[in-house]
This record gives sequence, C-alpha cells and structure tokens, in this order.
Amino acid sequence: MAKLEDTTKFNPRLGKKELALLSRLCDAVSVSGDEQEVRAIVLEELRDYADVTKVDAMGNVLVRREGKSADRVRVMVAAHMDEVGFMIVNDESDGVFEFCVIGGIDPRQLAGKPVWIGREHVPGVIGAKAIHLTTPEERTQILKEDQLRIDIGPGGAGKVKVGDRGTFATKLAVLGPSIRSKALDDRLGVYNLIQLVKNAPENVDLLAAFTVQEELGLRGAKIAAFAFDPEVGIAMDSTPANDLPNYDGFENTSHNTKLGGGPAIYLMDGATLGDRRLIQWLVDTAEAEKIPWQFRQPGMGGTDAGSIHKTRAGVPSVSVSVPQRYLHSPAGLIRIDDELNTLKLIHSALTRLDRSILNLQENN
Amino acid sequence: MKLDLKKHLMEMISAPGPSGYEAPIREIIQTAWEPYADETRVNNLGSLVAIQRGEGAEPRPSVMIAAHMDAIGLMVTGIDNGFLRFTQVGGVDPRILPGQMVTVHATNAGATRALPAMVVMPPAFLLPKDGKTGILPQKYLLVDTGLEPDEVRKLVRVGDVISFATEPVELSSECISGHTLDNRASVAAVTVALEMLSKRKHLWDVMAVATAQEEVGGIGAMVDAVAIKPDFAIVIDVTFAKAPGGAGIGNFELGKVTPLTWGSCNHPALHQAMVDIAEEFEINVAKELAPKGSWTDAWDIQVAEAGVPVAELAIPLRYIHTPVEVVSLKDVRRAGRLMAEFIAGLPLDFMKTVIWE
Repeated sequence: MAKLEDTTKFNPRLGKKELALLSRLCDAVSVSGDEQEVRAIVLEELRDYADVTKVDAMGNVLVRREGKSADRVRVMVAAHMDEVGFMIVNDESDGVFEFCVIGGIDPRQLAGKPVWIGREHVPGVIGAKAIHLTTPEERTQILKEDQLRIDIGPGGAGKVKVGDRGTFATKLAVLGPSIRSKALDDRLGVYNLIQLVKNAPENVDLLAAFTVQEELGLRGAKIAAFAFDPEVGIAMDSTPANDLPNYDGFENTSHNTKLGGGPAIYLMDGATLGDRRLIQWLVDTAEAEKIPWQFRQPGMGGTDAGSIHKTRAGVPSVSVSVPQRYLHSPAGLIRIDDELNTLKLIHSALTRLDRSILNLQENN
Repeated sequence: MKLDLKKHLMEMISAPGPSGYEAPIREIIQTAWEPYADETRVNNLGSLVAIQRGEGAEPRPSVMIAAHMDAIGLMVTGIDNGFLRFTQVGGVDPRILPGQMVTVHATNAGATRALPAMVVMPPAFLLPKDGKTGILPQKYLLVDTGLEPDEVRKLVRVGDVISFATEPVELSSECISGHTLDNRASVAAVTVALEMLSKRKHLWDVMAVATAQEEVGGIGAMVDAVAIKPDFAIVIDVTFAKAPGGAGIGNFELGKVTPLTWGSCNHPALHQAMVDIAEEFEINVAKELAPKGSWTDAWDIQVAEAGVPVAELAIPLRYIHTPVEVVSLKDVRRAGRLMAEFIAGLPLDFMKTVIWE
C-alpha cells in the first residue's frame, strides 16, 4: 500500500503528471454501457492504494479505502465513468455507417465533426452536404441522425463493427486559465475521486464508486450504493455554467452556475433534495478553508446522488459539481481553479466529517 | 528532392489561411515549391508564384497553373462579456459551426497571437424568439477562448481572423480528412506536378500560382493572370464527391477518377487536349459538367486582359466547406500526374491548336 505523508495537508495542483492523467481520462472513449477504457485507467491508478477493489455486475469499480480513527463514518463518494456518445447501428459498406446517439447530445452539435470509434479510436468524420448544394430553406433545417453518417474512408469497412461505441474526437487542451475537452462530465469527477482515494483522510472509510451508466439514468450508482451501504453519500459531477451573455444585454440571472465561481453545491435538482446538514457542512468547510464556492441554482438535472439517497433505508446525500460550459458537446470548458477547489473542498470536508454533523448513531 | 505527399498535405491543412490572411499557408507552400522552382515571388494581393523555366528558345510560351490556397473562415465583429461575435469569410453553412474548434488570430496586443477557441451555441433562454428552436442563425453563435473577459479585451479586436482548427486525420485507403482540403488538395496536386516536371524536359515556362482570396470571389487569380500574362491557364479546384447519407449528391467516387470540367469557363480545344493526354497515359478521367461556370478561379482568369484560354480539372472531395472534408491521395496524385504529362508534352507552337471551330 502506498503511503502518503500527511493527508490533512492535501493541496491539490494540476502539474504535468496530473494533467497527463486527466488527459488520458478525458481522451478515452467510454460511452454508457462500455466504460472499459476508463475502468482500466482507474484500476491501474488505484492498484496500490485500495484496501478492497471490486468490479461489480454492471462494471462499476468499487474501491474501499479504510481509515484509522475509531469512529469512522462510512462515506460513499461517486463519480461516473461513462459519457455521452454514439453507437454504430448499421454498416452501409465501404466505410460508411449509420449511428445513433447515446445520452443527451443536441443533434445540432453533430454535423461536421471528427469522431473516434471503438477501443482502437478508429478515426472517422460526420460530414455534411457542401453549402454550395444546399438551398436557403435547407439551411434552416436541423441535420438529424438519420441524415448523417460516420465515414471512416472507403475500404475501411473491417475496422469498425456494428455495436461499437464512439465519441467526438476532441483532445484535451489547456486554454489559459481553462481546460477545453470532451467528457469533462464526468472525468473530472473520476479524476478527483482517484486523487481522494490516493489522499484519503484517516477519519473516514472512503467508499469510492466509479459508476457506469449515469447518463442513462443514474443506473450504476444504484447498485453501487446498495453494495457499499454507506452512511453518507456524495456525488461529484459536472454541472452547466450557462453564464453566457443574454442576447438583449439584460443581466443573465439563470446561469445555473458561473465559471470561476468555485465548486457548485447542490440544493435541489431533478433527482435529489440535497441533505441540509451536508449542505451546511460543505458551506462551513468552504468558509473555514477560504475556498470559493457557489450554490448551483435549484433546478432540474440529476447526479448519482439521485440514486444513492434512495438506497436501502435512505442515505443522506449531497452533490458537488465543477461548473462547466457546453456539456454534452464536442468540447466543454472549465476553469482549472474551479476543478482544484472542488477537489480541495471535498477533501477538506471529509477530514472534518464526524457523526455530530448528522447526529448519526454509531452503528459499525 | 522526393516529395512526401501525405506529410505535405497534412502540414498544409494544419495551417490557417482564411482569405486575406494567407501568409502562414503561403510560407509553407513556398518552402515546398522552392526546391522545384527557378524563382518564387509573391504577387501584389498575396498570391505565391513559382516559376519553373522551360527549355524552349526565348520568348518562350508560358502556362499558368492556378490553385487557390485561401480558405473559408470567420472574422470577429464584436466582443460581448469576453465572448466573440463573428461573421463569415467565404461561404460557411452555420449548421456545422456549433462545437467547432477554431483559432482566433488576435492582433490587439502587438504581434499576432493564436488563441485556441471554440464556436458555441448559447442556451435557448438567452436568445430571442428566432433562436429558441431549430437551427441557430450565425448571428447568435459565439466564440469562447476560455480566457477571462479582461484578457480577451486586451488581446482581441474587431476584424481579427478566426480559422478552423480541426486536426487532420488519416482515414482508410489513403484518405485524409481535415479543414481546408478545399483547396490545399489541389495545391498538393500542383506540388506533385512541379516535382515531376522538375525531373523532365519541358519547353514551356511553368508558372505555378497558389492564389489568394478565391473564396471571396477569385480576387487573387484575376490579378495574377494579368501579372503573369500566360498563353493559357490550367485551373485546379475541388469538386463534389459522392458522399453518404444526406451529403451524397456528388458525381465522383473518391480515389477513382480525375474530373475534367466542361462548361462555359473552359476552352474546348484545351479540354480535348487534356482528354487526349489522359488517354495516352491511361489516366482515368471523366467529364464534369459546369454549365454555368465552375465557381472557381477559372471564371476570373478567363476574362483577364484580352482573355486567357482555360482548362480545368478537379479533385473529388466529400463534405466541401466543412472542417471534415475528405480527399483521397490517389486523386491528388493522379491530378498532379495528368498536369505534368500534359505540360511536358506541350510543343512550342501548341497555341496554334487552341482554336475555335
């Protein structure tokens, strides 16, 4: 087991090594239902850190890292390994394939994009008709899945099979204070959870769930939470920062979150009412540690907490997300500071977690 | 010097070069053409000319080969809370814009700085009625550089050029995909021709031109033809290849054939001369019909000064004017070879045969 010096003094940074891991995670093709590529990275990264590691019936990676204190709270932290993408559904021969979208991708994001197919990342493109051949009327119509094809080049038929999954072919890039990448939802969470396991505080039993099929309805987290039987649940995800300017110049007051505003603490979304005690615990931690933070505006959407809090006899749960622009598109955008502050907030909060926060009875 | 065609083309489509901002691509082409040229120069509006002198006695006739090097792109029209509003340079279907990776060539702080960025679609609640559903008109799209608003103000100004930044990829069967294959694929074919001609005896002077500003109306070509005064010109550009799904309207399969354009821009005698050469060397060609003109540099070169006879050929390309155009290197190589064989065989008195019936 690898040893860390002092886990209470964890100060996350994004150096060369950390950025390389995040790039590997984000550039992986890991669409809901086939999370193998990210699972392999998680297992490899945590080989020397976990007390118990299990890959369960759906492909969730369940990692238990036990603390040392006497009265440890069992806290499940979840991050999903899957991302939105495509599945190849018909081979039209000569390197041309029909596809269907998996998860919530706006069809307006599809045309004119490069893609990767399968575990070998076979390059392909989703083309569109040349503008010269379109009519003005046509140019107001959305190009839908059934009109679009994935093209891997004539003669490439054998390289891709019906049933293979694919994603947009966008490589992670650092843009000044920001990161531009596909799948930041939720590879940031996966990355953060890997760092939490590696730097686990000793006052808790950290039950790390790297979940599958979140994008299809928080499905992996359901069975992961049952297996872990936690006392507290935390979902680490990514949430929209709709902080773009209003077209008419009026103030945009429905931004959900703002880039640069710090970790987004959930009050309520479409799947969960955040546990008030846990929300306060996160806010108190952020204030005490001088970590910038923001409330995610109450609204719709959902995270793995939506499954966790309904598990067994109920699990007090909360979500914290890294604010992100342009989720479920060829590339999202986040601020590096928001990412590091999210990891710092969760880690600091865990080091402060004891039963008094929930008035929980000791039961282990 | 041996030409590595794939590397050459991949390098060209990794470079920016929207119309009027051709310097970065021009330098790459100049470096590629210099080993095969007796002289290179840059014309008044930014086109690159490479001269390969023939062996005929002076005054020698000359043939111009024109392939435009500029590309479609975008231009900054305004800055709004750190986001950029933009317009188009050349024809871009706004439906392919959301989610495109781009580079902003920022000039507000001295030397041009290349800022990686992306085209984004604001959420519907931030848009007026006509932007809430369906296709977003381009006026509502934004470019996000990932920088803080203050930094954007410092670096970017209205008029800065935005180019596509899709990385080139190699697909199956010697196919390449990327932005700006219209018309760098043709420039690469000219490079192939220049390399072949540099090893061959030819009587005519060859004036290879990578023209500027084609996408905004054949501007480079129209002045280049005046500057060069060729006896005739060969224009090479891309044409619509057969493509799958809703994109499939073109006439030519990838990797199979070199279309020779037949329409109002092409001198029939020159067209026939190329068909004859293709037959002689067993080069697969087909007639490409362009009844009202071919939307290429040919349109402008034909009417330069007292008129220039033009022959035109094409390279089939899928998804023209998207950043994921697809070309077959076989088509590039074949077009280059056809031009080289044609020029190498030109007798000094060839123009006597370029006549109207």
